[in-house]
Amino acid sequence: MKFSELWLRSYVNPPIDSAELSHLLTMAGLEVEAMEAVAPDFSGVVVGHVVAIAPHPDADRLRVCQVDVGVDAPLQIVCGAPNVCLDAKVLCAMVGAKLPEFDIKKAKLRGIESMGMLCSARELGMAQESDGLLLLPSDAPIGIDVREYLRLNDNLFTLKLTPNRSDCLSVTGIAREVAALTATTWQLPVFDIVPVTAMDVPAVAVTAHDACPRYSTQVIRGINPDALTPAWMVECLTRSGLHAISPVVDVANYVLLELGQPLHAFDLSKLHGSINVRMAHAGEMLTLLNEQTIQLDSDMLVIADDLGAQALAGIMGGAATAVDSATTSVLLESAFFQPDMIAGRARRLNLSTDAAHRFERGVDFAQTNYALARATQLIVAICGGKASAVTEVQNQLPTRVAITLRPARAVKVLGIALTHEQVGALLQRAQFDCVDAGDVYHVTPPSYRFDLTIEVDLIEELARLYGYENIPAVPPVAALNMLPSTELSRSVDSLRHALVGRDYQEVITYGFVDATWEADLAPNSAPVALKNPIASQMSVMRSTLMGGLLDVLQTNLNRRQTRVRIMEVGHCYLAQQVGYDQPLRIAGLVYGDVQPEQWGVAARVVDFYDVKADVVAMCMPHNVRFVAATHSALHPGQSAAVYLGATQIGWLGTLHPALVQKQGLSTAPVLFELAVAPLLATSVPKHGEISRFQAVRRDLAVIVTQNLTAESLLEEMLSAKIATVTDITLFDIYRGKGIDSDKKSLAFRVLMQDNQKTLTDTEVDAVMAQLMMLLQQKFNAQLRS
Amino acid sequence: MSMENLEQIVASAAQDFAAVTQTAELEQVKARYLGKTGLMTEQMKLLGKLPADQRPAAGSLINQAKEQIQAALESRRAAMREAELAEKLAAETLDVTLPGRGLAVGGLHPVTRTLARIETLFRSIGFDVAQGPEIETDFYNFTALNIPDNHPARAMHDTFYVNADYLLRTHTSPVQIRYMENNAPPLKIIAPGRVYRVDSDATHSPMFHQVEGLWVGEDVNFANLKGVIQDFLQRFFERDDLQVRFRPSFFPFTEPSAEMDMSWGDGWLEIGGCGMVHPNVLKHVHIDSEKYLGFAFGLGVERLAMLRYGVDDLRLFFSNDLRFLKQFN
Repeated sequence: MKFSELWLRSYVNPPIDSAELSHLLTMAGLEVEAMEAVAPDFSGVVVGHVVAIAPHPDADRLRVCQVDVGVDAPLQIVCGAPNVCLDAKVLCAMVGAKLPEFDIKKAKLRGIESMGMLCSARELGMAQESDGLLLLPSDAPIGIDVREYLRLNDNLFTLKLTPNRSDCLSVTGIAREVAALTATTWQLPVFDIVPVTAMDVPAVAVTAHDACPRYSTQVIRGINPDALTPAWMVECLTRSGLHAISPVVDVANYVLLELGQPLHAFDLSKLHGSINVRMAHAGEMLTLLNEQTIQLDSDMLVIADDLGAQALAGIMGGAATAVDSATTSVLLESAFFQPDMIAGRARRLNLSTDAAHRFERGVDFAQTNYALARATQLIVAICGGKASAVTEVQNQLPTRVAITLRPARAVKVLGIALTHEQVGALLQRAQFDCVDAGDVYHVTPPSYRFDLTIEVDLIEELARLYGYENIPAVPPVAALNMLPSTELSRSVDSLRHALVGRDYQEVITYGFVDATWEADLAPNSAPVALKNPIASQMSVMRSTLMGGLLDVLQTNLNRRQTRVRIMEVGHCYLAQQVGYDQPLRIAGLVYGDVQPEQWGVAARVVDFYDVKADVVAMCMPHNVRFVAATHSALHPGQSAAVYLGATQIGWLGTLHPALVQKQGLSTAPVLFELAVAPLLATSVPKHGEISRFQAVRRDLAVIVTQNLTAESLLEEMLSAKIATVTDITLFDIYRGKGIDSDKKSLAFRVLMQDNQKTLTDTEVDAVMAQLMMLLQQKFNAQLRS
Repeated sequence: MSMENLEQIVASAAQDFAAVTQTAELEQVKARYLGKTGLMTEQMKLLGKLPADQRPAAGSLINQAKEQIQAALESRRAAMREAELAEKLAAETLDVTLPGRGLAVGGLHPVTRTLARIETLFRSIGFDVAQGPEIETDFYNFTALNIPDNHPARAMHDTFYVNADYLLRTHTSPVQIRYMENNAPPLKIIAPGRVYRVDSDATHSPMFHQVEGLWVGEDVNFANLKGVIQDFLQRFFERDDLQVRFRPSFFPFTEPSAEMDMSWGDGWLEIGGCGMVHPNVLKHVHIDSEKYLGFAFGLGVERLAMLRYGVDDLRLFFSNDLRFLKQFN
């Protein structure tokens, strides 16, 4: 909502300056988004009258003007503007004037003395560009200060209004609010009602009576199609951000701004038969004022004549019945449409109009006929013509039920000490209809408020008038109970910190990604897609974090980073039969050298095992297992499914060579992605006995075929659950000389210990023999001598 | 044998020890004086040839001389050990200013860092942390929050839709509903998380983070809401002079509603919305709105991070430029 301060002050004029007014409005919830002066500061510019004009003797483009500024003798002013002419009313900056960019001094132009300057709009800072002088109407009074004449000591306010305050979508509405806030008086415009002339008017019916509780029309015939909108009205519209179009349209817009009532003017000669306010027939077509042809839905309200829908009620008129430059008779409409019968329709049609904006929030239903009378008065005053009586169809208007307001409840909700009397005084300032019932008030909300239905709505009004600024900040008082803290789970942050400690940098990427990433990486040919993505590369919801990490890698390689170690914790999104699975995952990507370039360590590109160690460390105290498995984004020979117990919780692997090439990377990054939830479960540590006897270490080196995994041998040995074996670890792998080319040697360290006694050599030898036998039977392993 | 002779031997031994540079050599020199065939042993043999009455005095002199040689030897040994150690230490001296081997340490994203800070502060007065889904139903994101179909407030939200029933949550407020459905008052939670709006420019990101706060109890009021927010901001920014200003606003799920402004420099900065939980919202989750009152607030996490760390462009948070991110390590 944009309006001129002077216009507002013509209805309410509290003794506060512009800055105070702005603060007042903002602090009342009518946020002032912008306040700008109509024109920059300047002085010494008056209305002048060019009484004589002569060519400059020494310059073709200059003319020597005699300008009457209301003093004894005309001023001689040299002017170069192309549109200066005899008898013109001009803006005359006199000697001593201070213009926005320079001051005016007595000067000689090509030898001729000039006692001032005739100004364009640009020179006064009122326009970006000008073709010539700003010419004033011939009735402009000579000698008057132009700031006064053009009403330039004015500010333009732009309010950012919340949807509940439709009552402030007009200048008088704001005036009413300012009056309440400042405890001053305000007034609606006063005008004479146009006398009615008997004449034929179309019959009006309202079939959709629930949607349209009040529909009033008035016909004006014989208007002058050549009449011009008066300058004061043009200026009001302009300062409210609207363009003047034609008197009838301008009046409708003016009343909209003044009173908040949207009006519509039909060209009476283009209407056929009688008027009906009805729901649209599904599929019915209508061409709107903006030339857009729409197909109507059955929940849309229309104004129809015998030929069909002629206007989209409360949103926009139709092209076929629009007022134009030849219009001599109009049917003016002023109505109250139910907000929920208008709401959402404009948005559905991708339309945004001042009328829809107001009707869907609620228009004062007590003002329908007043606004119609105001519009008729203005049209007749500007264009002449005769007005018919008002045809009004009224159905069940909204009811305003009295709300019981308990001052004690207000105190409880707001936490400020308000007395019964203070509450009464605030309600009075709000101009609410209220009855003091001793311990409570019964308040009937006004017709222009659609946001007051329950007690707490009134409590908010009390707070607003009391002043939100005056509400103290009071620390709450509550029972002190400690929050539960469990050792049975750990926080996601503990995983983050584990990776940070291993040189990972956390990143945060968007939840929506490029569909091709999903196809390449997940692979997911049917990702969760957005209906209204902001861009094609953000059109589907990710089912893996890998895409975002690869994107961050590219971003940083483009910025000349050579070593990238990143991780992200975020949700992924998977469609289910019903709803969506949105698991939280943690993923990492490592690219480039294992360590920053360094004096003490030879440079080496990161590989699978470097990152595997990170994953293992992050998962501790859980022991995760790695099982060779293929993933479309990963190198088939360097990827593993990560298991916790029997459940797969994610992946680890080197990026697939095809993707390495596609991404133009010089080496392959290693990636992992794990579900977070299974890693968060922890247990309370439990102390066990520490053996007093020596542990024994024996090594076992076996030769097996290449394709056997180390883990399969380990698992086989551990599965025997030999009581004295406390740990078995792989410590060496050997391929090459002395071993067949399809074989490899694996060396395990076996730790044995007994809590009750020192193990004898015989016992130790027996255990080693048992382990060897297991490997021999299962894998045909040979002892390496 | 004479005194002079002994003194000469002692002096010569001291001289010889001093001339030695290798440990092994020292043992050879020692043998020359103290060994089985050494000079001192020879002196001892000469002792037998002396008359019996002179033997004790001469023996005593020889022993004194032997002790002197032994002492000189020990002293030389110690000196050589010390010299060797000094040499070894000198040889092993490192340039301690060279960087250590191994990985450096990474860092958290500034938004995570900010969220952690917010959580710590609210936990310190007993707020628990709750979570909710990002692909949310229309019901939880709007309807349950008193925003029915076609309500103009929906247009303010610029929603990403997945289909007719599902959308990307536009705020963390749905977590309020989900939490209240499953927990009886009194309750105090914050709900941090990602939210989405169809909006992208220097001051808007289509994805950003919010922290929702909710306190429902029998005696919480609007002034307490202001108290909690002011306390939080003063602690978050570590500035006791920060003031909070409430401005009337409108959210369908709170009444009264307010915009929260924070004093900053000479002016005020908007940092989020808040209000007393609307009775209709409590009704949805079967909480008696006569008995219980609640307040709720929503804070923009990136906004707080920008002010705290002096970041002037919201987009930097999601550029994931390592040079930017590493400034927060």
